[in-house]
Amino acid sequence: MSTRLIDLQHITKTFDGNTVLDDLNLYIRENEFLTLLGPSGCGKTTTLRIIGGFEKPDKGTVWFNGQEITNLPPNKRQLNTVFQKYALFPHMTIAENIAFGLKIKGKTKTYIQDKIKYALKLVNLDGFESRMPDSLSGGQQQRVAIARAIVNEPKLLLLDEPLGALDLKLRQDMQYELIRLKNELGITFIYVTHDQEEALTMSDTIVVMNQGYIQQVGTPEKIYNEPENAFVADFIGDSNILPSLMIRDELVEILGARFACVDKGFGENKPVDVVIRPEDVDLVKPEEGTLQGVVTHLIFKGVHYEMEVTANGFEWLVHSTDMFPVGTKVGIRVDPFDIQIMNKPESEDEEAVVLDA
Amino acid sequence: MIKKSAEKIYTGLIVLFMYAPIVTLMVLSFNNSKTRAKWGGFTFKWYAALFDNQAILQALSNTLSIALLSAAAATLIGTAATLAISGMGRRSRAVFMSVTNIPMLNAEIVTGISLMLLFLSFGIRFGFGTILLSHITFNIPYVILSVMPRTKQLNPSVYEAALDLGASRFQAFFRVVFPDLLPGIVSGFLMAFTMSLDDFIITHFTKGPGVDTLSTKIYTEVKKGIKPEMYALSTLIFLTVLILLLLVNYRPKPQDAAIPGAERTQK
Amino acid sequence: MRKKMSKKPESPRISYFNQTAMTAPYLFWAVAFIIIPLLMILYYGLTDKSGAFTLVNVAAIATAEHAKALWLALGLSLVSTVLCLLLAYPLALILARRQVSQQSFLVLIFILPMWMNFLLRTMAWQTLLEKTGVINAVLSFLHLPALNLINTPGAIILGMVYNFLPFMILPLYNSLTKIDPSVVNAAYDLGANGTQTFCRVIFPLSIPGVISGITMVFVPALTTFVISNLLGGSKILLIGNVIDQEFTQAGNWHLGSGLSIVLMAFILVNMVLTGIFDKNGEGTAL
Repeated sequence: MSTRLIDLQHITKTFDGNTVLDDLNLYIRENEFLTLLGPSGCGKTTTLRIIGGFEKPDKGTVWFNGQEITNLPPNKRQLNTVFQKYALFPHMTIAENIAFGLKIKGKTKTYIQDKIKYALKLVNLDGFESRMPDSLSGGQQQRVAIARAIVNEPKLLLLDEPLGALDLKLRQDMQYELIRLKNELGITFIYVTHDQEEALTMSDTIVVMNQGYIQQVGTPEKIYNEPENAFVADFIGDSNILPSLMIRDELVEILGARFACVDKGFGENKPVDVVIRPEDVDLVKPEEGTLQGVVTHLIFKGVHYEMEVTANGFEWLVHSTDMFPVGTKVGIRVDPFDIQIMNKPESEDEEAVVLDA
Repeated sequence: MIKKSAEKIYTGLIVLFMYAPIVTLMVLSFNNSKTRAKWGGFTFKWYAALFDNQAILQALSNTLSIALLSAAAATLIGTAATLAISGMGRRSRAVFMSVTNIPMLNAEIVTGISLMLLFLSFGIRFGFGTILLSHITFNIPYVILSVMPRTKQLNPSVYEAALDLGASRFQAFFRVVFPDLLPGIVSGFLMAFTMSLDDFIITHFTKGPGVDTLSTKIYTEVKKGIKPEMYALSTLIFLTVLILLLLVNYRPKPQDAAIPGAERTQK
Repeated sequence: MRKKMSKKPESPRISYFNQTAMTAPYLFWAVAFIIIPLLMILYYGLTDKSGAFTLVNVAAIATAEHAKALWLALGLSLVSTVLCLLLAYPLALILARRQVSQQSFLVLIFILPMWMNFLLRTMAWQTLLEKTGVINAVLSFLHLPALNLINTPGAIILGMVYNFLPFMILPLYNSLTKIDPSVVNAAYDLGANGTQTFCRVIFPLSIPGVISGITMVFVPALTTFVISNLLGGSKILLIGNVIDQEFTQAGNWHLGSGLSIVLMAFILVNMVLTGIFDKNGEGTAL
């Protein structure tokens, strides 16, 4: 495949004795839309700031296109950042904001004028040249921040929770906008967010992080359908995580009932964790189910009903378009390929699994 | 590293500049020689003499009572005014704030003579009272400016919640709103007290014969030479305040929770 | 074309007690002790002893003696203001970047020194500057020639800088801490080096503080009579000294008021300037 644009090797970073990143290894390919996803404090923003040059790692090296840039200041790096709260220069017009980087580079007036026009058109803000930043809405300011970054033709654009301050509708619009921009510009995006939906919608690759460690790297489909551990399963979407016993290949015992599955190679009679997505739980007549339970909660969610079913002492979360009133006795069935088997962490510490990309 | 030390040295030099005269005065208060010009050995005698110097003690008592009374009156009027101003519309608020800013931005000499002319024209006898009125006048803005930010942070729903839960307007204000304003009121009072204590110019124009504050007493002594007791008194006042400040500042404080990986500013 | 459109949300408006009862004392006070006194200066300044209208008192600023005092005051206060700005800016930058607590810094630079009387602190510089003073003692120890420091315009400038420096540091510090650090990072990110970032982003954004600081230093420096009295000997007269003498010695209130009107004109220009740059009325001063 294509070359590594950014290569992070053995990055460690501590703040006031707190280890934020611990021996992190990660590379980003050219033309990739990569998302760093995780709860706050997981180290995703620090990773981005290290790539941007705003923080220096305590240990480890940062490589850009095969050259080491660990100690290069931000103004010497061929990449640009779109900041969390836009960080537009409040004393400059929109045009002056966009022209900033180009003026520093000493580009000609006509070149700069053309670029401003082009960039504003690209982000659908034609005619905003002489407005001041604080007269713009949040979404518009965000577009200006993106325009200001991309006129410099960076090879890599870093986006630090850029949609975090926008309301839901605007956020969804901007997600499509960003995908369009990425395709039109053909540059690499590194995107930081704690919103799993945003990550699943936009990314080519998702890096799930927790407590300074990478938990899993993969395509959105892979991360969603085949989470490698309970943290990933729990963080990405709703899920039922059940302590279970792997009887042998392709057979697992969940809450005392045996289910057929497709996983192999976990050994025999081995404790494992099983992830089943709520939409993959099929509710049937009690006698047709592998397990029997009773519906205890029912909420209408629009596209589906959300139900809780108590079966063998476990509260199953179920999404279904069929409605079963509270108190209904039901049977639970799960298709073999909808059962995802994960190794159990052997100790508390190991819950933050170290995985090299 | 070099940059860091340069920054430290620079900060140190400015602090040295601010405190050099203060240290000088402290040293002078222990100087056995009567003139400032030479060092005559270490002595405590000016501290002893201080307590026999009725004129200085009288000036001290005037200074402190004017500072205390004017700060208290200014705090009362200023806090009420702030609450009223914060409930006003944009326009009347702007008018009130501009008037409030006049004593802050105007030259003290102009404020001083304007008050002097006022008292003269209305035949008010110069003395303790005129000084007090003048000090209240220049103290009110300090109170307003330190309470105002607090009123902006207030959440009006809290007050309304108290009313909703059955408190009278009076109870709701003193139990819910007032505690939120208190830090601003206290710092406004302390600011006003300090300003009054350090004032010379306005007192100079509004005092009458025979009434002196420490400032005006020092000013009249400048020509004939300042009595060393004055250095002793200033040193005592300064050290008292310094010790009080240290006591207040070294109380155990709740530590801010550090969030790793959270937004950090560049060093 | 660069009209700022601030759409800040209104701060909560709520009246706790009777609005009129709360406003009345301050309204009375402001009219009686701020507005009427200023009108009295105008009245006295624009009339003669018989009460007839005249511009003589204001025009008196043009006489050689008064004009000299005004020009000297303007010159010295301008130099002091520039020196304060140059000294304070680096310090404010250092403090803002370190994120020192506003409270402790305010106390150290601003409040604590005030508890040592302002006149005494200024007097103390005599001890330091005199022919036999501390500074010359240090110089002679280093085998350097003694300097004639006291009773010079230079000593007055030093006194002004000493007294008013905190008034410059404070608004600068306040305006610098208001700058969003990510805006500064954005400048670096877009390729600007340290100097470019300072000139194009940090300094322009601190201008409200600079203007406010200039006002806070320039007005008291221009109008002082105490510092010139204490450190300039009796030979150097500033416009403040002239006005002081008219009131406390000559007893010519009309002339004193007339000259004060001239001073107020300068102050007014200053206030208008501050008003232009501090549109939100937030005040960066305190």
